[in-house]
Amino acid sequence: MNATPATLVPELEWKLPSRGPVGMYALIGAESAIFTIFVVAYLFYIGKSLSGPVPSEVLSPPILYTVCLLSSSLSIHFAAKSLRGGKVRSFAARWFLTIILGAIFLYGTASEWQRLIYKDGLTITTNLFGTTYYSLVGLHGFHVIVGLLALSTVMAFTIFGVVKTEHAERIDVLSLYWHFVDAVWIVVFTVVYVIGR
Amino acid sequence: MSTDAVALPGTELASRPLVSSLHDWVTTVDHKRLGILYISYALVFLLIAGIEATVIRIQLIRPHNDFVTPQVFNRLFTMHGTTMIFFVIMPFLFGFANYLIPLMIGARDMAFPRLNAFSFWMTAFGGLLLYFSLVGANGLYGAGNAPDVGWFAYAPLTSRTFSVGHSTDFWTLALLVSGFGSIGTAINIIATVFCMRCPGMTLAKMPLFAWLNLVMAGLVVLCVSPLTAAQVMLVIDRYLGGHFFDTQAGGSAVIWMHFFWVFGHPEVYVLVLPAFAFASEIIPVFSRKPIFGYPVMVGATIAIGFISMSVWAHHMFTVGMSSAANNFFVISTMAIAVPTGIKIFNWLGTMWGGKIEFKTPMLFCIAFLFQFLIAGLTGIMQGAAPFDWHLGNSYFVVAHFHYVIVGGILFCLFGAFYYWFPKMSGKMYSEALGKLHFWLFIVGFHMTFDFMHIPGLLGMPRRIYTYEPGRGWDTWNLIVTIGVFFQAAGILVFLGNLIWSYFRGKPAGNDPWDAWTLEWSTNSPPPAYNFYTIPSVQSRRPLWDLKHPDDPDWKYE
Repeated sequence: MNATPATLVPELEWKLPSRGPVGMYALIGAESAIFTIFVVAYLFYIGKSLSGPVPSEVLSPPILYTVCLLSSSLSIHFAAKSLRGGKVRSFAARWFLTIILGAIFLYGTASEWQRLIYKDGLTITTNLFGTTYYSLVGLHGFHVIVGLLALSTVMAFTIFGVVKTEHAERIDVLSLYWHFVDAVWIVVFTVVYVIGR
Repeated sequence: MSTDAVALPGTELASRPLVSSLHDWVTTVDHKRLGILYISYALVFLLIAGIEATVIRIQLIRPHNDFVTPQVFNRLFTMHGTTMIFFVIMPFLFGFANYLIPLMIGARDMAFPRLNAFSFWMTAFGGLLLYFSLVGANGLYGAGNAPDVGWFAYAPLTSRTFSVGHSTDFWTLALLVSGFGSIGTAINIIATVFCMRCPGMTLAKMPLFAWLNLVMAGLVVLCVSPLTAAQVMLVIDRYLGGHFFDTQAGGSAVIWMHFFWVFGHPEVYVLVLPAFAFASEIIPVFSRKPIFGYPVMVGATIAIGFISMSVWAHHMFTVGMSSAANNFFVISTMAIAVPTGIKIFNWLGTMWGGKIEFKTPMLFCIAFLFQFLIAGLTGIMQGAAPFDWHLGNSYFVVAHFHYVIVGGILFCLFGAFYYWFPKMSGKMYSEALGKLHFWLFIVGFHMTFDFMHIPGLLGMPRRIYTYEPGRGWDTWNLIVTIGVFFQAAGILVFLGNLIWSYFRGKPAGNDPWDAWTLEWSTNSPPPAYNFYTIPSVQSRRPLWDLKHPDDPDWKYE
């Protein structure tokens, strides 16, 4: 047995943060930096398009879909709370509601894009507005899709009865990510539909 | 413990079939093996990028030389820069961080071992992707193969119009992929430092190595991500017909510069903070004194982390920004000299009055101190915007940043190699060969990079493949190129030393330097589980406490 200074110190209270949330916060930091660059590009190019269509002609704020996405933050919060309290059935119901709300939001984005592409003739190549708009909203939509895949995986595990109270911490980590996706939408909404219009 | 330890690597591998030991290495999630994979990978790319640098210098040895064509020259300096930054220095630093942080903080592995393996393989595939461009990026006839847009790939050079074929795509994707790897490793380091420390090791008792790497990881999270975002935009421009950097459609070439340097300048500190970390471990041990001013060192590190995020546009003084922007970036650039200066004084304070042992790692760290000081001073010269208008894009810039990266970072890295080689391999390196490496390299380094400043001051632009005789540049370029061969000889001695010592070196023992941090308390090389029992610590120098129970550090801290 070589020199390990274990014997020197009496047992002491030793509590450190758990790695899941810390890792997720660090990931959120990285993602925030990525979104910041896209937001800066969007803001920088407002009004610099050389041709139409411009935002004021074709964009209208998707209030209903925004409400859906933001309320999914509430439902995931209460779902995680149910699981911590040991109520798996109520967890499953609230988790499912979260997925539905996220899917409705995604449908909103899809139908807006369909209208923009086929009715207004705005694609990513049309002008700077198109490039920055589809990139920023698309990047957010991509994060919603990733979130929905993760949420659905948990849903499947719940249906098969695998998810239990001891998984509450992991569920909390996932819900952190979902809250982040919602918070980013507030920024994107403000930039694209309020400032940019 | 020594008897039942499953030692890695080497001892038990020899008796196993090659395929199964290779399989172990490919599927490993052990932080020590991944560290060694990172380091070996970086050594291979160090050779490749070093050869590229040598060819560049041979081309410039005299005016009107035609050793390589202008097209090849462009590819060479692009590949040299990109490889050295992303596939040599960063993997080196991540390798050492991976190997040492868990050992230093008394943990059995990183916080996320599988993420760790994923990150390494992303970095590895990024490097392969970059070099696959040599065979895969033919594209249209005459479009070249390897990327040739420079390591910062300014728009509109990267647009489809000016960069036909796929070479720029390989560059973009290589950086995108390895960027994911870097971010993954950074997240892992942050979680490891915050969540895996052994009992008693509060943040204020953590080795400076872990502190500096923590701040480095924070910088990677915040600065490599913008590069990832910018690369995504470039891919959108090149593949989906976007207009981010397309000036014909109202896009801006300058915004690419901003996005790149928002990454590019903090990146310098991503590279140099781990170098500081090596110096902060090596200098105290070979001065036989605890580090001078530990809390100030931590504070200065965090200050560097913050200030480094606000200096990026000093790379862009010649672009023509507003004078308000110029002033801001001049002042912030001057400000970052303060915490860096504090560090230099603290290392000197550590050495002052110490019983200095001039072993190879210490020699490299002492050279680092002086060379990094000079690199900082030429940095301040260019940080003054009016002077930068003269120096911008000249060989003075090239000399300056090579002084930082070679004279500062690479010297510390060599020091780290010699210092931790006994721990990683269990064998002692050859001190004579180590000293030979040091002297060859320091002579070569100063011949090359001291004299490179002068043609820069005389107006020699960077990235030219040849030059006219009679401008006063000829002799300087000759000296600069001769220095490269000394450096190359030094590198060969270094590699020879590593290989010879690995097979023929004397056993090193667990604690050859009489050092104080936890990695020296376990076997050399450490067993897969690092520590038989998880240690508890009471001070910043746990092994000092153990060796001197009559006068432990924790009484004074």
